[in-house]
This record gives sequence, C-alpha cells and structure tokens, in this order.
Amino acid sequence: MKNKSIGDYLRRFSVPLMFVIICLICAPISGLSPNYLINEIVTRIGRNAFLILSLLIPIMAGMGLNFSMTLGAMAGEIGLILVSDWQIVGIPGMILAMIVSIPISTLLGLFCGKVLNMAKGREMITSYIISFFINGIYQLVVLYLMGPVIPIVHSTIKLPRGYGIRNTVSLLSMRQHLDNLIPLNIMGVKIPVATFIVIFLLCLVIIWFRKTKLGQDMRAVGQDMDVSRDAGIDVERTRIISMILSTVFAGIGMIIYLQNMGNIATYSSHSQIGMFCIAALLVGGASVDKASIGNVFLGIILFHTMFIVAPKAGTVITGDSMIGEYFRVFVSYAVITVALIMYETNKRKNKSKAGMQLALDQEQEEANG
Amino acid sequence: MNEQKLTLKDLIKSKAQEFGLPRLIITGFLLLLLVLSPIVGADLPTQISNIINRFSWNGILVLAMVPMIHSGCGLNFGLPLGIISGLLGATLSIEFGFEGPVSFIMAALLATPFALVLGSVYGWLLNKIKGGEMMIATYVGFSSVSMMCMMWLLLPYHSPNMVWGMAGKGLRTTISLEGYYTQALASFLQINIGNLTIPTGALLFFALLAFGMWAFLHTKTGTAMTAVGSNPDFARSAGINVDKIRMISVVMSTWLAAIGILVYEQGFGFVQLYMAPFYMALPAVSAILIGGATVNKASIMNVVIGTILFQGIVTMTPTVMNNMIHLDMSEVIRIIVSNGMILYALTRKTEGTR
Repeated sequence: MKNKSIGDYLRRFSVPLMFVIICLICAPISGLSPNYLINEIVTRIGRNAFLILSLLIPIMAGMGLNFSMTLGAMAGEIGLILVSDWQIVGIPGMILAMIVSIPISTLLGLFCGKVLNMAKGREMITSYIISFFINGIYQLVVLYLMGPVIPIVHSTIKLPRGYGIRNTVSLLSMRQHLDNLIPLNIMGVKIPVATFIVIFLLCLVIIWFRKTKLGQDMRAVGQDMDVSRDAGIDVERTRIISMILSTVFAGIGMIIYLQNMGNIATYSSHSQIGMFCIAALLVGGASVDKASIGNVFLGIILFHTMFIVAPKAGTVITGDSMIGEYFRVFVSYAVITVALIMYETNKRKNKSKAGMQLALDQEQEEANG
Repeated sequence: MNEQKLTLKDLIKSKAQEFGLPRLIITGFLLLLLVLSPIVGADLPTQISNIINRFSWNGILVLAMVPMIHSGCGLNFGLPLGIISGLLGATLSIEFGFEGPVSFIMAALLATPFALVLGSVYGWLLNKIKGGEMMIATYVGFSSVSMMCMMWLLLPYHSPNMVWGMAGKGLRTTISLEGYYTQALASFLQINIGNLTIPTGALLFFALLAFGMWAFLHTKTGTAMTAVGSNPDFARSAGINVDKIRMISVVMSTWLAAIGILVYEQGFGFVQLYMAPFYMALPAVSAILIGGATVNKASIMNVVIGTILFQGIVTMTPTVMNNMIHLDMSEVIRIIVSNGMILYALTRKTEGTR
C-alpha cells in the first residue's frame, strides 16, 4: 500500500520533477547570474500569478482547463485602451480600466458559460474554439468599431487611417505603477509589494470562496453533475457563475500583466496568454480536474525559469538562438498534451475500475442471495 | 389544394431544417457576393476560377476529415501531424534532386511511410483516450508542429534551394517550388476560356481520391467503420475490432492530410514550413462542417459543398468588400465564420457522445 502511494506521488509530480531537472541542467549552461534570474522570476510571479489563479475556479467546477480565459484578457485590454484614450493615469487609471472591463468580461463569461452548457463533456475543445471566435469579434470591435462607433479621441492610439487601434498602445502613464507603489529592494531584488498584496488577496478570496455554499456547490457539480442536480443544485447556473468569475478575474489579471509590460500589443497580447498560463499551471503539478494555489506558484517559478533559461542555453549549445526559442514553445505544448493524455487515461481507468467493482458487488450479492 | 400546399411548405421547412440555419446564411451570403461582384466591378469569371482553384488546393485536406468522423474519432484537429508527413516528403524529394512533375510523385511516395508511422502512433494514442480525442488531437498537432520547428533547423538538409543562403544549413520558412512540382497537377489538361481557368488535373486527382473514399466506405471495412462511429458497443458485440478500425481511420486521415498538403503546395507554388501548419486544421474542419457534416457524420458531398462554400467566401469577400466600401474586413469575417461554424457543430446534441 505504502509502495503504491509513493509511486502515485512520483507520477503526480513527474511533470514538476522533469522541469526541475531541465532547469537545473539549463541554468548553469545559460550563464545567467543568479541575481538576474531571481529578479526575473519575482517580476514574473507578480506579472502572471493573478492570471493563472483565475483558472482555478472552472477546474473546481469540473469544467477543465479554461482555454477561454483569453476572453477576460480581451476585456481587460479593451478597458485599458479606453482608459488610455481618456488619459487617466497611474493607479486610478488601472482601477477605472478594471471597472470598465468587469461588465464586458461578465457578459463574455455569461456567453461562454451558456455555450459550454450546451457542449457538456467537451468543454475544453469548445472553450478553445470560443477563444478564437471571440478573438474575431474583438478584432471587429477594435479594428473597425473603435473610432466611428466607440469614440477614440487621441491619434496616438488610432491608426493613421482614422479608425481602429494601432498595433501597440503605450501604457507609459501607468507602467509598473502598481509594482512600484510600495518600493522594496532586498539585496538587489526588486519586489513588487503592492502587486503581491493584490495576488495574496485573491488567494484569500479563493480560499474563502471554496468554503461558501456556492463554492461547495461548484465542487459537487465538478464531482458529479447528475448527483448534484438530484441534490437540488442548479447545475447550469453554477457552471455559468464559475465561468463568469474566471473571466472577470482573468480581465483584472490581464490589466496587472499589462501594467507590468508597459504596452499592449493590441492584436497579439491575449492570443498566447491562455496557453502559457495553462502550461504554467500544469507544470506546477496541477491536473485537469485538480489544482491548488500551491500549484500556481510552483508552476510559475518552474515554467518561467525554463522560459528564461532555455533560449540562452539553446544558443550556447547549438549556436542558434532560434532553437531555444522553439524549444520552449514545444515544451509548453508538450506539457499540456501530456497532462491531457494523463487525465483522459486516468478517467478511463477509474471508469473501468468502477465498472469492475460494480460487477464484483453484483456477483457477491447474487452469491449471497 | 390547400392541404397539398401545406405539405409542400412542410417539406421545404423540413428540408431547410435539415440544411441548417448557419449553412443557409452562409450559402445566401456567398450568392449575394456572387451577384454583387459584377455590380461593384469585379470580374466574375476571374472570381469563379479563383474559387475553383482554391477548391482544388484545399479539397483533399477537407477530405482527410471524413474517415475519422466516420469512425467516431470526431473532428481531426490533429491534421498538422499529417501535414508534417507531407512536408517531410516534399523536402526530401527536393533534397534528393527530383525535378518537375516527378518530384510530386516522389514527394507523395516519400511522405507515405512517415504518414503511416506517425498515423499509427497517433491512432494508438487516440485509442487510449477515447472520448477526449478532439482536445488531445489539437495539442498533438501543436506539439508536433513546434517539435518540427526545431527539426527543420537541425536536420541535415543541403539543397541550396531550400537552406538559408548565409548559414548554409537550416531550412527556409518558405521554399519556392519553381522548377519542382508547382502546378504539376493543375497544368495537366488545363482548360482556359477567357479569364476562366480550370485546373482539370487537380480536380481529377481530387475526384479520384474522393471516389476512392466513397468506394472504401462501401467495402466491408468501410461499413464496419461507420458502425464503429455510430455505436461502438454494438459494433464490438457484432465482432468488429473497434480499436483496429479506429486505427485504420486515423492512418487514412493522416495520409490524406499528407497528400492534401502536397496538392495544396502544387497549387500555391510554395512549401511553407515552421509555424505555417499550426492553424491549418481549423479551415479544413470548418469547411466540412459548413458542408453539412456533424461531429459524427460526414459524406463526400459535405466535403465538396463545404469546400466550395468556405473557399468561396474566403476568396470573394476581400474583392467585393474592397471594391464596394474600400475596407478589407475579410480576415475578421473569415475568423468569425469559420470558428462560429465549429462552435455551432460542437454545441449540437449528438447521439454518438460516450
């Protein structure tokens, strides 16, 4: 029994372990100083943690990895574009952008939840296609409607043709304002205290949320939809709420992410974000149906260490900078692929185990009766 | 009289329902574009030959969807895997120095073993994870494309027509097929009437493969495949080896994708490497869905209609829109239409879900 549990542990943590090994091999080869590495990782925790935390709630509700967190990211970007046109700077600008983004992401989350309720059992592929679909609508809004329909005043963010938004929108007026709100420097490592406080608050909210009635309902729905329906839980509504929460958090997370970056790549910022966040979460040891806050932080540290170190190490080993670049993209996709395969095989194994148990019980009953 | 009219109305209604509202809208949109194009000053014959050409490029990639849908593996989002086999065949054929139309045949021959091996591995994997095929297929496609990105740089290719001039190694992102198999099929028996060009050879090649697929689906194995797709439990109790049939369908789909990309390249005139195959599955998937296929039902007719409708919209919108309002929204429309169609199909209730 004990042996088996050690094997189980090894399997559960195989992905993080693999990453620890990759990082340990690549870090010395890359020749980056530890100080630089730690600095980068701390920055990236501040930048990404909020976004990745937004993935936890749908996992709790049994809806798998929320590939449509991109929707929230788009809402956040729309908020930021509008606020930078209104020229509201600094922290008030960020807060206003969040306020603008919330109704948009609520609507998008509602849409997403409704569609996913129609596609039960294939939530992930559907949420993945939703992100593409809404990306089309986002482009329609940003490229054609911003200007003639939604007033945009300043030509610095408008395309030269008079409508539509430029490829990059500068956020210089709020760049790292949240990060530098409470400056702290420990041995040359810059720590964005205020951002960490916000992230910490979200962690508290998630922990608290799990204990509420709604959170319990969500977990029940995630366990078994039919049983929870019999128990009087409105399954559809619960699932929609979990999508809305996730989308809203992703929107706020995107605003925090972009204030750190300092500019918006209007048409590409959001497209990769879902993939990288999900890969990071999985690297932290989460699976499709189980994820904790610990997974989030472990995931960011490991995944982003690999992310910083791999291109450099690749350049040193092969003399070609592109190899490392492609390597890290490959690893992100491979991690997601492996996690999905493991999830599906486990699900099937459990199912057949349950079936076998049932048959055994029946046999026993027959023998007794 | 009145009664008969009613039944006729019902008939039309039921037909329309069968056809599906989104399909109706898309067909209407395409017809509108066709009517508008002469009015706004675009040359209709050029437009039509564009559509036919595009059809001949993409038809086989869409056809590759059919076997996997039939065997119940769902939409093959893992199409890039087959495309990679095709690209390996294409690059190897050029590397070995074949020229002209022969290089096309050699590319197809060289791609086949890769498609068979990769397809078998892919099929084996999909048999392990029944029920979650589509998501995993997507990511198998992505990881194999990003894996091959490294390989294109590392594999020892030397042909000066393919590698970067400066470094002398590593394949270029796009390789011209001039002197190799560009238009190899299309120029065969090509018909030219004014501005109207018909790539007869490419169309015949598609017809050949489509007929082959149709004939296959009527053989014993083909019927077994349909049985597996519509009810795997029933098929198993009828003595069909479900895993083997699914494996065959996946290998077929992968091989068709490999041939499909070669045909695409001969029309397009370039081999595109690195990230190019990344999103190639999505247009093919939405084309077959627009043609009337569902997640677990597809016919050759769906392929033909879907490819014409999808490629029609893709080619017509930019010209008509540009001529009409000097505004190119075609890219956005393409994204919304194709993904909206996939979304619509995914949310349909299907009996085949396990």
